[in-house]
This record gives sequence, C-alpha cells and structure tokens, in this order.
Amino acid sequence: MIRFEGVFKRYPNGREALSGVSFALEQGELAFLTGPSGAGKSTLLKLIALIERPTRGTVLVRNLNTARVPRRKIPAFRQRLGIVFQDHKLLHDRTVFDNVALPLVIAGFSHRDIGRRVRAALDQVGLLGREQHAPITLSTGEQQRVGIARAIVARPEVVIADEPTGNLDPELSLEVMQLFVRFNEVGVTVLIATHDHELIGQVPHHRRLILADGQIMADRAAAAALA
Amino acid sequence: MLTRYFALHVQNLLGAVGRLTRQPFATLLTVLVIAIALALPGGLRVLVSNAEALSGSWESAADFSVYLETTVTEERARALAAKIESREDVAAVVLITSSQALEEFRQHSGFGAALDALGENPLPHTLVVRPADATGEVEALAAALREEEDVALVQLDTEWVARLRGILSLAGRLVDIASALLGLAVVVVIGNTIRLEIQNRRDEIEVTKLVGGSDGFIRRPFLYLGLCYGLCGGIGAALLITGTLALLGGPVRALAALYGSDYALVGLGGVEAAALLGGGAFLGWAGAGLATARHLRAIEPK
Repeated sequence: MIRFEGVFKRYPNGREALSGVSFALEQGELAFLTGPSGAGKSTLLKLIALIERPTRGTVLVRNLNTARVPRRKIPAFRQRLGIVFQDHKLLHDRTVFDNVALPLVIAGFSHRDIGRRVRAALDQVGLLGREQHAPITLSTGEQQRVGIARAIVARPEVVIADEPTGNLDPELSLEVMQLFVRFNEVGVTVLIATHDHELIGQVPHHRRLILADGQIMADRAAAAALA
Repeated sequence: MLTRYFALHVQNLLGAVGRLTRQPFATLLTVLVIAIALALPGGLRVLVSNAEALSGSWESAADFSVYLETTVTEERARALAAKIESREDVAAVVLITSSQALEEFRQHSGFGAALDALGENPLPHTLVVRPADATGEVEALAAALREEEDVALVQLDTEWVARLRGILSLAGRLVDIASALLGLAVVVVIGNTIRLEIQNRRDEIEVTKLVGGSDGFIRRPFLYLGLCYGLCGGIGAALLITGTLALLGGPVRALAALYGSDYALVGLGGVEAAALLGGGAFLGWAGAGLATARHLRAIEPK
C-alpha cells in the first residue's frame, strides 16, 4: 500500500531529513512510526501526502508512483488519503458537521449522502449529536476526534496520522489509538507517527518502524512486538 | 450530476452573499467605491446621449437660408420658391417676405425705433430651404441655388451643428477612455479586496488543499465573492445615476422652458442599466479571477 525505495529528502536549507529510507506497508497493516523528534517522521508522512517530494528515491502510495502525480492531480490523489494532524487543522468558523463534511463536499457527494456519511463518521469517533457545535466549544480530545472523523469520512484505503495524540493526556491518547486500531480492523491501512513509547506499549501487536537521523534503525514486525 | 453542479454553484453564491452581509460596513464601503467608479463613466455616457438626443432634435438646423436680391419683387420670390420646391433634393421651401422679416425683427431685436428711422425696409425676401436629405450632401444643392440670378446669398446653417456633433463624438471618445480606466480601477479594487480575503482565509485554503480540494473548488467562492461585489457596485451605480438625473430633472426642465423647449432628460434605460449590472459583475469576476490566479497558488500546505 505504501512503499519507500531508497528515499532521500534534502530541504532547500541543506538539512537532510531522510537518508535512504526503504520499507513497505502492506494493505490492511497498521504501523507506528517512532523515533526522536527531528528524526524525519513528519517528512516521511509529508512525502506520502505529496506535501513534499523526495529528492531521490521512489515513494509509492496505493501502487502509484507519487513522482508521476503532477501538481494538478494532487487534489484527486489526496482525496483518497485520510490525513490526521497533531493540531487538528479544523476550520473554526464552521460547525463540526461542516468540518467533517468538507472532503465529501469536495468530492461532490449529494446532500443526502453527505449527511449520512458524516453522521456515521461522527458515530465512529463517539461524537454523534455534536454536529452543530463549533469546534472551539469542544475539548482538545474531542477536536482531535473531529479531525479523525474528517480523515475517515470519505472511506480512504490509507490513513496517515502525524502525532495524533501530541496534545492529549494519556487516557484520551489511548482512546484515539483504539480508534485507529478499529479502523485498521475493517481493512484500512494505517501509519501513525508518534514519539509516545508508553502509548505504543499499550496497543501492542502492531508493527513499529523506528526512525533516527533520517534512517530506519529498526523494523519490529507485529510478532516481535508481541514477544 | 448537472443538478449537483448547479447546487454547488448556488451554494457558492449564497456563501458569498453571506460573507458580504457578515461585515456590512466594510462591504458597504467597498461597494460604494465600485459604484462611484462605475457611475462616473455610466453617468457621463447618459449625459452625452442626452446631448446627442438634443442635437438630433435640431434637424431643422440643416435648413439653409437663401437671401434674395433686395430688388426682387414678392411675385418673383414666390415663383422662385415654387421652382426650388419642385426640385427632387428639396423637401420644403418657406418664403419669408421682407415685410414679415421686418415685423419679426422689430418684435425681437428691440431696434424698432431705429428701423422706423430708416424709412424703407432694408431686408430682402428670404427662402428657407429644407433639403430632402438633411444629413447628405447639401453642398451641391447650395451651389445650384447660388446659380439662380435673383439669389444674393446662400447661407448654410449646418456648420455649427457639424461642430457640435464633432464635439459630442470627441466627448464620446473621452467617455470611452474614462470607462476603460475606471473599469480597470474596479478590477483593481475588487482584486485587492479578494486578495485580502484570501489572506484572511489562508488556514481554510490550506486545510481544503490538504483534504483534496482542487484549485477550481478553492477558487470558486472567491470568484462568486468578486461577482457579488461587482454586481452590488453596478446596482449602486445605477441608483447613483438615477438619483443624480432625478436631481437634475427639475432644473433642466426649467432651463429648457426658458428656451421655449419641452426637452426633458433621458434617464437610464433598461439596456444601459443591464449593461451597468452585467459590466460590474463581469469586472468583479475578472478582478477576483486575477487575484486568485496570483495568490491562491502561493498558499500550499507545509
């Protein structure tokens, strides 16, 4: 589903964020991407979302070489990808419903389908009934769940999350992680970047990619994590 | 699919209207600037077309006066009038006898006493000739009339009308140039307003791009916003022009009455009003189009 082949990323300021990263994530897998801050986790996710392009190497998403996606095709590419951000990136002048509905409006769904899917997504993150609230009136954990609902509402095959629990206390973090686990159980491929080792320990049985200095230092398969 | 497409556009339009009404004072100021910029060329155009209508009503000014020799008798003058009237290129001939002319002159000039002192009538018989084709070549007709042996002087009255028409066409050209410049000003004003709006909604644009919004999807609300600004400006301009004409209507009628005319100002017609609204909407759309083309691309998620 996601495949990196010898990927380098050097920013214009000369900093090399990724130095030869190779790994593959199969369909239906859930993996954590960990490592100290500055290790290149965010850069790796940005390459998947085509927010950045690799300096060298190949990034394949859904068996599509991202180098072959021209600028004008990026929107269609992102529509089939769910992205969760540490800072939620919600629109504060719109209701919870409108925030979650945005990807569907973009994709041109009918009014009725939008209503149905938005309620289903909010139900999955436990926020049904809060559609007409303003995001600002929700707690941080709830806002993050709105962000997650928005990421999954268009039913993407791949969901990536960048420090989704960065601003949450341990209890809320675990709830959020369990949400991702549930999506994964219905077949969604999930890649979560986080530096929270304690949290990963609470949801074992999943693969861990450990990134340091722009390279994969360890790739602990699900079985190894069990042991 | 088609209804969904229209639904999306209607939604964008309503969204733009909503955005304008949310900040009524700022919107009002912007719309007023646009309205004035549109009303100036629109109003000037109405004035020029009024002047054209006025000069058009002076068709009779194409007439020319044929002064006969003072020695010519009234019978000969009548015969000549009949002869000229039979020409194909002449529509009508009116004879003003010397005594009629004297009477008129005595009444209007205030030189009655001086005329009495002259003893005899110094004025000749005059023929007022109206050409069949007022706008065409009247020089040939004038030349033919000059050939008549009883004719002393043929005076064309058309020159000043030609000059007036020249001035009006110059004024029309100036209005065209002013329209182009002020139209450009409207594009710039709306473009700048949209640019500020884009900056204010930077986060929204970034998020929309992140969840897969295409350039067209992100552009559309701004284009509709520009369209609404332009349309409101056009409506404002139409109101300004109509109001100004209403204010001028009374004095103009009074002035016309002093000249013995029942002339009244021609207002803003349906076609002109539609052109003002459509033009405003188009300029707004164009301004927003330029602003979005320039500034939306620069906003990319990081």
